[in-house]
This record gives sequence, structure tokens and C-alpha cells, in this order.
Amino acid sequence: MTQTATVEKKATRAGFGEALLELGHKNPMVVALCADLTGSLKMDAFAKAFPDRFFQAGIAEANMIGMAAGLSIGGKIPFAGTFANFATGRVYDQIRQSVAYSDKNVKICASHAGLSLGEDGATHQILEDIGLMKMLPGMTVINPCDFNQTKAATHAIAEHLGPVYLRFGRPDWPNFTPADQKFEIGKAIRMREGHDVSIIATGHMVWIALKAAEELARQGVSAEIIDIHTIKPLDEDAIVSSLQKTGCAVTAEEHSIHGGLGDSIAQCLARKIPAPVEMVAVNDQFGESGKPLELMSKYGLDTPDIVAAAIRTMNRK
Amino acid sequence: MSDPNYLQQVSTQVRRDIIRMVNGAASGHPGGSLGAADYLVALFMEIMDHDPKNFDMDGIGQDIFVLSNGHLSAALYSVLSRSGYFPPEELGTFRKMGTRLQGHPCTEKGLPGIRVATGSLGQGLSVAIGAALAKKLNKDPRKVFCLMGDGELQEGQVWEAAMYAAANKVDNLIAAVDYNGKQIDGSLDDVMPLGNLKAKWDVFGWKVLEAKGNDMEDLIKTLRDAISYTDKGIPVVILLHTEMGFGVDFMMGTHKWHGVAPNDEETARALDQLEETLGDY
Repeated sequence: MTQTATVEKKATRAGFGEALLELGHKNPMVVALCADLTGSLKMDAFAKAFPDRFFQAGIAEANMIGMAAGLSIGGKIPFAGTFANFATGRVYDQIRQSVAYSDKNVKICASHAGLSLGEDGATHQILEDIGLMKMLPGMTVINPCDFNQTKAATHAIAEHLGPVYLRFGRPDWPNFTPADQKFEIGKAIRMREGHDVSIIATGHMVWIALKAAEELARQGVSAEIIDIHTIKPLDEDAIVSSLQKTGCAVTAEEHSIHGGLGDSIAQCLARKIPAPVEMVAVNDQFGESGKPLELMSKYGLDTPDIVAAAIRTMNRK
Repeated sequence: MSDPNYLQQVSTQVRRDIIRMVNGAASGHPGGSLGAADYLVALFMEIMDHDPKNFDMDGIGQDIFVLSNGHLSAALYSVLSRSGYFPPEELGTFRKMGTRLQGHPCTEKGLPGIRVATGSLGQGLSVAIGAALAKKLNKDPRKVFCLMGDGELQEGQVWEAAMYAAANKVDNLIAAVDYNGKQIDGSLDDVMPLGNLKAKWDVFGWKVLEAKGNDMEDLIKTLRDAISYTDKGIPVVILLHTEMGFGVDFMMGTHKWHGVAPNDEETARALDQLEETLGDY
């Protein structure tokens, strides 16, 4: 059982940066592009070590995505990084046509996703990106939960042939998964076993879900925690097998209630094993400036929100 | 070097193909396709170093072409087939259910000769730059060619790409602009003037050449000049002074045929003006 008391904190973006540098040494086909956010994305180490394989696009994300598609034509494995807002909504049509429809081996690496971006406010806090990306045919969508998992995911997507959206965040965050974890795209990870309710979480919310499980345990509720790092393709077998045991679900994500993990889970359950679902997500709103934890609390993404959702969904069984 | 007269005959056949394909599909974009046919023939039949029988996605050791203005698909498909990428018979499937010859070019159907989907405008130059960068990393001396429409230059992404290529000395790239002065809603000058286009590319740091876009000899000469300017630290662009609808009298001098298919009677009138030089598909 995971203990959430004392865990070192490290930003998921730092896990991306470390893995990218390692990939640079390991795989000469890996190249990287960034749109004037090299430091923020922690891509500076790669840029310094491999100047010939790093392409500074300037503040021109559309061109960056197109160039990434072009680099893949020569067999390269391009990792294109910027903030999640500019990596998706701003360049949706470029990703749709030049990357997804053209089935290019491009890795779109998106940092500062969600409310936990914090003080910059709603202009930068995209809450729609998972929906935008998962709608694209052939696009793999991954939202790892901590530093170690982001690092492992970055390595895994380099081995995967095809377009990938890798979403991670800005703040220092508890780093609770093992450093030597094997990351399998599309394979959910059960973080805690339980039999009363399945709490299915992605990204930063996996940690909050673990804290909620401890609180629920104190109330006599046995919660199962599933880390869905890959939203697409969704590990439906893992969802179904958990629900067969618990009979109800809570989803938790740092994303809009529309178009994200909650939608994917609800669709899966409706088709395969109808059961009550409660969704912990941002309720059709834009965010605002503030500290990450303050914002997550205000917009209903905190431990008590998951606990309350668990009780609600259990009462609907 | 091929005889320009022979290449001109190929162009005439390509124009027949375009008219017949668009008529057969009852949809498509004949105007721009007719205007750019000569450039595509010069490029694929005379200039490019490529191996149509051994197409692969990476194109290492071969020149690569990106059609950014994907609506000229009929012209590209005809030239690809006449160059040997696939049998001309397949041209008859253009825009029909199940075809590899989609309305706009795509990779999904596996048509040899296509390396990226295009049609949503303004994206091809960025892709061409990326492919050129990959060639440099691969120490591949071959070049990347990209054709854009002039109306397409209204898209901001083109100028992002133009800035990048000059700043980063992407000098294994030859872009071209199909400068026919027309777009769907009318003349460029009425819809959104480009101003002094030569000066624009020039101040963006490109080597600018101009060609008579419907004159085979001038096209070949200018393309050869363009190649001589590569690998000198500066990207190259050719402004192709073309005429939309070139080769069919009633389709010239108007934007009306940008995206309209000729009916059977109009098709017959058009084909009367275009000799069947290589044999219809």
C-alpha cells in the first residue's frame, strides 16, 4: 500500500528533459524542436549536448510542427516541445494534417498543462488538450503522473512508431513511482487494490487519488486506484476488470470535464460494463491565476473532491 | 537533357489528363492544375533526381517534392503517373470512392510519390524545410522542392517558415510560388494583395528567381539556375508567372475555373485544344 506521507518532489517536465538527454545519447535518430521555451521544457541539456539535432523554431509553433513532420520523412524521430496550450489548440490543424493524417512519427511534448501551471492564468492553462488530441485518428495520448513515470514514458514513445501526444506539467510534484519502472504504452497500472470503488486517475491527479484512498480507508472504504497514463489507446481490460470487482467508478484528471479521461471511461463503461461514474474534473470553466494547489482546490480537483465523488458513486450502485 | 518540345508534349497530355480526371470526378481544381502543369513536368521529367519505381517514405538519396497547394492534385497525380510512379490507368479513379487519388494528396492510401498530406494551406513549406534538415543530418546531397500557391502566401505559417529557412541557412531547398494572381474569390489584388512579392521574399533573406511559368525552356533554365544557387547558405524561391487555366482558351484569364469541373460539352471543347500526345489513360 502506497504511503503518501513523505515523498520527494520533482517536476514531471524535468523527467522529460532528463529522458530526452538520455535518448540523445542512446538513439542518433532522435532530434528535438522547441518554440522559445527550451528552459521551461528542460530541453536545454539536449540542445547543449546535441546542437546539430536541436532546432530552435522561435515563437512559431505552426512551423515547428510542420518541420517536425518533415524531419520524420528523413527517418528522424522528432520531439517537438512547447507549452500544452501552444502544442495543441494553437496548431491543431497542423497536427491534424501534417502529423496525424500523414501518420508521421512525431512526438508532441507538452508541458505546463492544466491548472497547475499556476500564476500565468487561464490564457496558458489549457484544459481541453486531451480531448483535442484523442479525437485525432492514430494519435496516442499519454499523461504520466510523476517525474519517474514521465521519464519512462519519454523513453517508451521513442520506441513507438507513430504520432504521440505526451502531456506533463510545471510544478514540483511528489515523485512516488519507481525509478526503474517498465512503461508500457496503453497498459494501466493498479497503484492500490480495493473493492468498494475504482478511482481512475491520470497525470498529477494520481497522487491526489492516492491521498483520497487513504482518507477513504479511514472511513472504512476500500478504494482501488488505477493510473491511466495512456488515455488513448485506453486499457479497457483493466477498467472492466476493476469495475467487475467494485461496480462503480470515479475519474480524476486535471482537464475539462468535457473530452478528457472521464469521457473515455464513461464511454468504455457504457459499452462494456454499465456502472455509475462520477467525474472529478474542471466543470466547463477557464482557470485563473493562483498557486497550483490553491487552484486545484478551488476548481474541485483536491482530495476531498475525490472522497466525496467516491461516496456519491458508491451510493448510486 | 530532354528535348523541350518533348516535355511540352508531355505537358499537353498532362493537361488532357487533368481535364478528363476533373470531368470524370465532376469535381476538382482544373484552373491552377493547368497553370502549374509545365512546372511539374519540368521538375519531375527533367530536373529532379528521383527513382519513381523505388519510392519510399524517407526518400534518402532522392530529391523530394512537396505540393503545398494540395488542390493541384490532378496535375500532380498525372505527372506522377506519367513519370512512372503508378500506371496512368489509375488516373481514372481520381476522387472516386476507394481511390488512392484522394481529392487532396495524402499518405494514408499509400500512393507512391506522396510523402505528406496537403490541402489545408500554408503547411507544405514547413514540412519541406523539415525534410531538408533531415537530408542535411543524413548527409544526403539531394534537394527538396516545394510548390505553393500565391493565395496560399496569405497564410502566416508560410512566413514563419520563410524566416526559419533563411535564419538557419536551409540551402538545400527550392521553393516555388504558382504566381497566377488568382484565388477562389477573385484576383489576389481584390481579395488580399501580396504587394511586392519579390521584395518580400528578398527581405526575408531568400534568393529570388523568376520564371515564365508556362514556357518550358525558361522553366528548365530557371530551375537549373536555382540548383546552382543551392548549398550557398541561402534558401531559393522561384516566382512562377503562370496563367490559371493555361492551354484551354475559355479557362484562361479568369478565376472561375479554380474549383469547378467542366461538363461533358466543355470537356470536349477543352480536349479539342489539347493534342493526345502520349495516349489517354
